[in-house]
Formats: sequence, C-alpha cells, structure tokens
Amino acid sequence: MRPFSYQRAKTAAEAAEAVAQAPGARFIAGGTNLLDLMKLQIETPGHLVDINGLGLDEIETTPEGGLRIGALVRNTDLAADTRVRKDYGLLSRALVAGASGQLRNKATTAGNLLQRTRCPYFYDTNQPCNKRRPGSGCAAIGGFSRNHAIVGASEACIATHPSDMAIAMSALDATVETVRPDGAKRKIAIADFHRLPGTKPEIETVIEAGELITAVTLPKPVGGTHVYHKVRDRASYAFALISVGAIVQKDGTGRVALGGVAHKPWRVEAAEAELPRGAKATVSAMLADAKPTHENAFKVPLIERALGAILTQARG
Amino acid sequence: MTSRVAFTVNGEKRTLDLDTRTTLLDALREHLKLTGTKKGCDHGQCGACTVIVDGRRINSCLTLAVMHEGDSITTIEGLGTPDKLHPMQAAFVVHDGYQCGYCTPGQICSAVAVLDEIKAGIPSHVTADLGSSPGLSVDEIR
Repeated sequence: MRPFSYQRAKTAAEAAEAVAQAPGARFIAGGTNLLDLMKLQIETPGHLVDINGLGLDEIETTPEGGLRIGALVRNTDLAADTRVRKDYGLLSRALVAGASGQLRNKATTAGNLLQRTRCPYFYDTNQPCNKRRPGSGCAAIGGFSRNHAIVGASEACIATHPSDMAIAMSALDATVETVRPDGAKRKIAIADFHRLPGTKPEIETVIEAGELITAVTLPKPVGGTHVYHKVRDRASYAFALISVGAIVQKDGTGRVALGGVAHKPWRVEAAEAELPRGAKATVSAMLADAKPTHENAFKVPLIERALGAILTQARG
Repeated sequence: MTSRVAFTVNGEKRTLDLDTRTTLLDALREHLKLTGTKKGCDHGQCGACTVIVDGRRINSCLTLAVMHEGDSITTIEGLGTPDKLHPMQAAFVVHDGYQCGYCTPGQICSAVAVLDEIKAGIPSHVTADLGSSPGLSVDEIR
C-alpha cells in the first residue's frame, strides 16, 4: 500500500468535509474491498477517514412503513434482521449468497453498493484497463470474457458489478441517502446510483468526491415470494456467473433483477409485464439489447432457465 | 505515517504505534509476535487469517490495526494452548480436521465463531426457512 494518513471521524459532516478537503482521500468503513485494492495499488488514497464511529448502524422503520438501513449496518446484521427476513426476504437471501461469513461480518451496506468489479484485467496492473487507467484499453474485450457483461457494456469496458445485495436492492426499489460536504442531502434511486461504463468506465456511481452515503431506504413491503438464484462455479464463496433476484406475486406478476450481466444490477421494469407469460418472454424483453461475447453467450439461456426455475418454484 | 492504537488481545491490553498501513494480521504476527494466525492469501479469500473481534470472525488481513481501537481480539493463542486445548482444537485433532495445518488456526477461530453465529440465529445460504433460526446441522456448519 502507498502511505496514507488516517483519522477517525466523529460526525458525518466532519467525515464529508475531511474527504472533500484532502484530494485523493477516501472513507473507510468495513474496508474489505478498499484494502484489497489498496494492497494492489489499484486504489491509492493519501488519506483515510474512518467512518465506523458515526453511529450509522441502525435499522429503523420509516413513516411510510418501509425500512431505513444505516450505511454502516454490517451485511451479517442486515441479513439476520427479523424485519428484513420477514418482509424483504430477497435481501436476506442475496446477502447470505455473497462472500463468506468473515467478510459479511465486516462489510457494510453502503460499501457493498460501492464495491468495484472483480474483472481479472482490472486487478492485474500489468494489463490495459480503461477503468483502472483511462485510455489504456480493455484487455477483457477479446480476452477471457466468460465472467463479463452481456448487456449495457461499451467498447471501453465489459466489466460487471459483483454485488448480490445490489440485485436485491434493485428489485426492492431502494433509495440511497447521502450528505455532501456542504451539508446538502440528496436521495438517489438505486436504478440511478450505478452508471453504465460508456466512455468513462472509471466513473462507476453518481456519488461525488466527499459525498457520504448515510442510509439506504426500502419502501413498504410488497409481499410475494422472494427468490435469489445464484449460479456459480462453486457451491459457495464465489461470485455469480449469473444471478436472478425475483419477487413473484400470486397473480404471476412481479419483479426481476439480474446479476453478473452488466456494470450495474440489470432491471427492465417494462419487461416485467411479460412475467405472466413466462421466463423466455421476460428474459427476451430484458436482454433485447444484449451483446454477449463468444465466451459468455451461455449466460442468456442460463438466465432463462434460472428464471424459469424460480417461476416454477413460486407457483408450486 | 504512524498512528497509535490500543486494543485487547487474548485478554491483555496492548498499545502499539504503527505505520497506518499495518493490517491487523501483521500487527498480531509481526508486532505482537502472535504467529498462530497465518497469512495465506492476504486478500480475504482463504480464511487462514481469521480472528475473532468482539465475538465476530473476520479476516484480519483485510482490516487495518488502527481501525480496532478499544476492540477485544481473540487469536488461536487465546482459544487454547498445547497443554490446555480448546474443545474445538481437540475435536480437530480427534477428527483429523486438517491437512498441512497452515490455515488450521484460522479455521478453528472461524469454527468457534460459526457456532456462536448459529446460536445467534444468523442465517446462511443453506438456511431453508428464513422465518426460523438455522439449526445446528451438517449443512449449516459446512
């Protein structure tokens, strides 16, 4: 790691201010992604602001009957919360499908959304990567792209977002709440939070420098059967090849979000109207603009079958 | 750049002045000479560095020592000694629960903490019914 100075923030305002003041400063919460990247000098903050002491670790009900999840709530605690298990089961299922117990005990809600791709070319600092070094090229395009995006990608980048939790947040219409260094607050719909790579794959979210995520809120529960189906090479502790997060109602309507396919959770609300017509119709609509590579074309039928299995399970 | 941090390790308060880049793993091994915990991958993928912090298992390689001010840390040395094995250590011996043994301290810390996670009702990806607590089954332990 490159050398850095370190401070423990006592308030959200102090933290946001500190990161805005010191160019190249970063917040650190769980640190399970940031430190991984710092060890490889992919991230090189000169100053770290530790936000673990900010008290943003509660889960509260909102006046609308939803939940407000503090940014610092650990993945384990979020998955285990009785309200989440009962009314937002998809979120619990997605969380426990990810990482390992050790990582879930440390990783935070906001950090999980902000985590970066595990594309091996992003990780290998000897390789060209437009995300890591803008303008250097993309080694995944024309390289080993089995794990890469099939939709929403660009000529600059075909990386995927690795988070399981984000898929659930997408299907549940979460909102991200932030505070900026000047004290201004804003709410960002999860659909707008992550960016597609376009010509600037190095910019992954709409979060600005010094902007601190304080909470993620969920609307009131929508009921239905909640299933998170994750397909991966190993039975545990592996990222998704593809994943399908679905909420299916008794009348056959519902919501679907896909993981492992794009630079952000892939949800196409217009396609959800096809759910009563089955998996193939729905997935065709969701992936109408898909441009898989030769190596990852298998993801399309795999997603169809995964959603088909979910719909059968939900009906039965 | 250095920073001071104080935390309790195996019941004993320790204060260290460390390069801020020092992971908890390196603080334990290099500065406190507690070499039971191992550096397997240094990237949170192998679990050999697992320690128990405030009752929770974590990968000590993916956390900075300075982030643990005031925390209570248990390493394998704090679980048992050759003369007084922790029951989990004894069980690993009886059931031949290791091969080369390098990551075994991490696995033992992890296993001890997993039993507490199951007891606390924390679900895993094999938990069939989210509405109830996971039971102490082979699948859950695995």
